[in-house]
Amino acid sequence: MQEIILLKDGELALKGLNRSTFEDMLIKNIKERISTLGSFSFRKAQSTIVVTPESDDIDLDEAVSRIGKVFGTVGISRAAVCEKDIDVIRHTAYEYLKDELMFAKTFKVTAKRADKNFPLKSPEICDEVGGFLLSKIRGLKVDVHNPEVTVAVEVRDNGVYIHGTQLPGAGGMPTGTSGRACLLISGGIDSPVAGYMIAKRGVRLTAVHFASPPYTSELAEMKVHELLEKVSMYSGRINLFTVPFTKIQEAIRDYCPEEMFTVTMRRIMMKLASRIAEWQGADALVTGESLGQVASQTIHALKCTDECATLPVFRPCIGMDKNEIVIISRKIDTFDISIRPYEDCCTVFTPKHPRTRPTPAYARETEGLIPDLEKMMDEAFEGAVLKIIEAYK
Amino acid sequence: MEIYLDNSATTKVCPEAANAALSVMTDIYGNPSAVHSFGVKAKAVLENSRKAVAVALGADPAEIYFSHSGTLANNTAIFGAANARRKLGNRIVTTKLEHPSVQRCMDVLEDQGFQVVRLAPTKNGTFDTLELLNAINKNTILVSMMLVNNEIGSINQVDLISRAVKKVSSPALIHVDAIQAFGKIPVKPSKLGIDLLTVSGHKIHAPKGVGALYVKKNLNIKPVIFGGGQESNLFSGTEPLPAIAGFGAAVSAIPPLQVKYEEMKKLRDHTLSMLRGIPQVQINSPSDGLPYIINMSVMGIPSQVLINYLSERGIYISAGSACKKGHRSEVLSNMGYHAKVIDSAVRVSMSRYTTAQEMEIFVSAVNDAVNNIRTKL
Repeated sequence: MQEIILLKDGELALKGLNRSTFEDMLIKNIKERISTLGSFSFRKAQSTIVVTPESDDIDLDEAVSRIGKVFGTVGISRAAVCEKDIDVIRHTAYEYLKDELMFAKTFKVTAKRADKNFPLKSPEICDEVGGFLLSKIRGLKVDVHNPEVTVAVEVRDNGVYIHGTQLPGAGGMPTGTSGRACLLISGGIDSPVAGYMIAKRGVRLTAVHFASPPYTSELAEMKVHELLEKVSMYSGRINLFTVPFTKIQEAIRDYCPEEMFTVTMRRIMMKLASRIAEWQGADALVTGESLGQVASQTIHALKCTDECATLPVFRPCIGMDKNEIVIISRKIDTFDISIRPYEDCCTVFTPKHPRTRPTPAYARETEGLIPDLEKMMDEAFEGAVLKIIEAYK
Repeated sequence: MEIYLDNSATTKVCPEAANAALSVMTDIYGNPSAVHSFGVKAKAVLENSRKAVAVALGADPAEIYFSHSGTLANNTAIFGAANARRKLGNRIVTTKLEHPSVQRCMDVLEDQGFQVVRLAPTKNGTFDTLELLNAINKNTILVSMMLVNNEIGSINQVDLISRAVKKVSSPALIHVDAIQAFGKIPVKPSKLGIDLLTVSGHKIHAPKGVGALYVKKNLNIKPVIFGGGQESNLFSGTEPLPAIAGFGAAVSAIPPLQVKYEEMKKLRDHTLSMLRGIPQVQINSPSDGLPYIINMSVMGIPSQVLINYLSERGIYISAGSACKKGHRSEVLSNMGYHAKVIDSAVRVSMSRYTTAQEMEIFVSAVNDAVNNIRTKL
């Protein structure tokens, strides 16, 4: 029995004449993600993308799991393909879905007849297949409103697809259809979630991480790599730049008032991230900031840091509570990595009593106390190291 | 070339052990439980290693059981002993300085209803003889104590335990975790009056994945894992023969203890005299401790920062125990050290391969760190 994967693209249908571009991008992204599993062919048909494995030894479970994380689809089904003959359809439906149906109490059959030359009409297909399944599986009942299993029969131009209940897709828009943004990532819970949320809207990610050895450890950097690898399962390839930040942090410690350590640090991070972003051709910055979560994320502190960015700053977590962010981080499987207890750039030299209502003027003045800041920033920018993060590679 | 000073965590495999392990992996790879002659060959390797460990411990080979780790051996000893003596009493005596593989077992036994007495250490990391005598009574069924502490190197006088047990005619079994001591100071369970004793391969230049439990003859303890019945049913699971072969070879390669001990003492004292030149350094290890371990605090530099700083320079040390944010070393805090000392504490652990030159480079790097790192606000 030949098996294929059917993808329903959701929001893409709204995109008018761009639709084909969006679908092509989706297919390209899926190809990237599953190419290591073997070779597949792709076909676009009636707001569905048909993914056909080209050999029998391909791990379809893994392919479905990977495709389930590619943005731009609303539903995924694994389907059996058979010829356009009602007897074959009935038997294929039984063989293909009996394991699922035998453990269910209720089911229904839906039929879609895209090939109008097929002799039976949709309701007749449902009757034929439903009746056959009822006769084969004892105790199964029909429930058209709230079935446990939906058996879908799609009669298309080049064959019949039979599948069970559709799995949800990752939603969103295909990565790469909305430009590029630069994510500031520390290693905490929020920034990977922010990256995921923005990537979901079709944006490619560049990431910037600030490392301050020996105050931060190699383990903290490894943690960032692992977090981004998880995010890249959704977003695709991420260019990570690790910026050497020790000298700047030491200078902040040496020249700035303690209460302004964090705000000053974040201002400089914004400036450096902007430079890397523009150099990468990104059009926005992304941070995991959530209003009022910590002293550096009060509305006043954000005003001070925001003015240092030369690009728009997207903060998708801004209005979320911590537990709402945690729910997403668990969903994308970054939570357990994020809570590993290594020092990161944000926790080095943390002031005991940070100023919660800094003003931009005072922040600028504070920053001005650091001698040779521009030169140190140039060095940090020049010293940034690129690592390509890509899951499944 | 790296300067590896984390030998209490694990050691480099010595060439003798590596060769023995390789030969088992590629030539004598049969299952020691198999009855064909290829299996019998493997069985011979297993028994040779057992003999080597037995000789080193002054024990009979029949008293040595190979486990898959020191932790598993400790768990088996403690739960095995508690179960074996369960009907004779309810009290267990241990100390507050034990390794987690003992401490956590004690927590579980406490939950099961045993009364666990944890002796508080004295300032030098050992225990008070009188307190030990007071703690052991007729109701005591198990005493478990480490011979050398893994964080600070203090050496306990474990021979006193059997005398204390005899004095009150207690039915207690005595377990000693000798993982840090083995291969460095004499460890003879029968001489020390010990019933159960744990050692581990990878602390003495054998591969990781093997430990051994000494169980005194005629003492029956029950396993904590179940399966094919290997190692007289005590440690089921196919024997990790490459590691066991390496263990046997590593044990045979241990140099004469007394001579090496004096050399290490000289090396430690040389290091300490150099460290004394750095005013920020405070030594936490007792002066009569195992010379392989120096626990010290560089005041003002958090443990992890010093570890990172040295790591960048190819020098590898560790925090007192697994460094976890918000979790201070239990050992040092139980010894009553100030939080500031504990937060800066690092463990420098040498091996018989460590050289004076390496220690000089280490001390000079610590000196650089003191001059370059400031984290206090």
